[in-house]
Amino acid sequence: MSAPVTPTLLYLDDITVSFDGFRALNSLSLAIDHAEMRAIIGPNGAGKTTMMDVITGKTRPDQGTALFEGSHDLTVLDEAAIAELGIGRKFQTPTVFEMHSVEDNLLLAIKDKRGPFLTLFSRRTTLERERIEVLLERIRLTAHRYRKAGELSHGQKQWLEIGMLLAQEPKLLLIDEPAAGMTDQETADTAELLRDIAKTKAVVVVEHDMTFVRDLNVKVTCLHDGSVLAEGSLDAVSANERVVEVYLGR
Amino acid sequence: MTTQSVLDKQSIVVLSLLAAVAVLVPVLNGLAVPGSALHLSDHLVPLLGKYICFALLALSVDLIWGYCGILSLGHGAFFALGGYAMGMYLMRQIGPRGVYAHPVLPDFMVFLNWKDLPWFWYGFDVFPFAMLMVLLVPGILAFIFGWLAFRSRVTGVYLSIITQAMTYALMLAFFRNNMGFGGNNGLTDFKDILGFPLQSASTRRVLFVLSVAALGAGYLLCRWLVGSKFGKVLVAVRDAESRTRFLGYRVEHYKLAVFTISAMLAGVAGALYVPQVGIINPSEFAPANSIELVIWVAVGGRGTLAGAILGALVVNAGKTWFTGALPEFWLFALGGLFIFVTLFTPRGILGAGQGLWERAKQMLGSKPSRSSFSGGGVVP
Repeated sequence: MSAPVTPTLLYLDDITVSFDGFRALNSLSLAIDHAEMRAIIGPNGAGKTTMMDVITGKTRPDQGTALFEGSHDLTVLDEAAIAELGIGRKFQTPTVFEMHSVEDNLLLAIKDKRGPFLTLFSRRTTLERERIEVLLERIRLTAHRYRKAGELSHGQKQWLEIGMLLAQEPKLLLIDEPAAGMTDQETADTAELLRDIAKTKAVVVVEHDMTFVRDLNVKVTCLHDGSVLAEGSLDAVSANERVVEVYLGR
Repeated sequence: MTTQSVLDKQSIVVLSLLAAVAVLVPVLNGLAVPGSALHLSDHLVPLLGKYICFALLALSVDLIWGYCGILSLGHGAFFALGGYAMGMYLMRQIGPRGVYAHPVLPDFMVFLNWKDLPWFWYGFDVFPFAMLMVLLVPGILAFIFGWLAFRSRVTGVYLSIITQAMTYALMLAFFRNNMGFGGNNGLTDFKDILGFPLQSASTRRVLFVLSVAALGAGYLLCRWLVGSKFGKVLVAVRDAESRTRFLGYRVEHYKLAVFTISAMLAGVAGALYVPQVGIINPSEFAPANSIELVIWVAVGGRGTLAGAILGALVVNAGKTWFTGALPEFWLFALGGLFIFVTLFTPRGILGAGQGLWERAKQMLGSKPSRSSFSGGGVVP
């Protein structure tokens, strides 16, 4: 297959996924640019999570094209290979390694060789130590570095998971409902953190909290029934009659 | 530091106790005056040796179950295969001293009217080859089994069921006479190992010490594995498998590696067990055995390594006493123990003891230290 020349980082075209006849994604097309932040909104069952599953290799689409950096076919790679390409994913409910310390969570995430024999003999390098310091500072968990991740508050776990994503040094971050269960202050801080990340990396954020989406101040894509309903600035999308009808409510 | 020191407080306690046992048992058996209170009678040495082998087997289960969440209900199979490899060596050492006095064929083959040694018995008269097989046969079976199961992402109770089916299938196969492993009688009537008579007290003492040494080495190996970044990935797989995948780790490779290592450890335990009990037969493949050894680990404290050793020793000592004193109640006692541990001390004897210790220390006013038994801990 000759790679089509696409200027975009992530290119989805005509992706369809069916579960027992139910079309979770219905010829979905989406393109994300380098260092772009995009907010994905849409009602429950619109296909937001399935879309992330397709991008990260958890679900194979029935048809369609999914290309990363124009040449890597995401539909044939497994989760580990896709993660190595530089796509990181944060789950909807914060998923960290609860029995490991905060620091070890970051250590496991840090970009490094992933094979069993290499981890068996690996030693933490000075560079890794410095990276962990910087990350701890950035996600404001320096004081909690030796605590078990399971002991952190919900908001701290969300941030730890974002930190783990950053440790992977991905080119694209997929972030599922980062503001869920957070206080107003945490939500505002998270928006700021994500805006900061998006200066250098592409970020796709799935979110229901419209205040948060407004805080992000980025291009919005509204999904419905497995395909794109509307795309554009939040104001333009909010004004779209179909969006109001299926999602925002009158 | 990435790797917590292999020789932490827990390791030092475990290794010191093992060293003490390795010295005391042979001394009390060999040097104490028979009949005195200190003397350890001859039949107790192989019995204790058997417990030590079970402890190594329990350790191998704790490595995969406690640290990687792989609940194998068929680990007795790897133990039995290691035992059979050792048994085949011991059978070939009998030589012409068998009942039928055939120079090459073991008695059961003569009895079955076999004329030639089956090809898979070749080489087992050579000790180093047999020892290699002790590691390779369980290792290769575990590798193939694990490769098929983990690649297909069979996890949880489904994996437990197919490991159970594996050991059951092996049991049925080994019961058949024409498999060439002695059918339901198995392999027995062993005479000597490397020229030393198995019945002599001194050989038994040496076998005991070797078993303790193997347990100590196995413990250190496991400790090193779980303390490395590799071990941290195992715990990550146990607690959040898909997170680990999305971080870019090939979970199936990790599971396969640790499962294979664990099977080889179980094989070594089986190989040391056979010369001390003097027999290996297909009942070692019985599913109930594999389930029982999971109970040892649960009782001792899963995910601690030391707990697995403790659990195997305590439960088996209890079994010996019970089956002597109240034979018909043993299975009830075992079942009751399992329920008790699951309900009241989910972290096993070791976890419960550690909890009491921490509380006692707090009451005495000293600040709680970072636990040395926190190797993995377990989310119930």
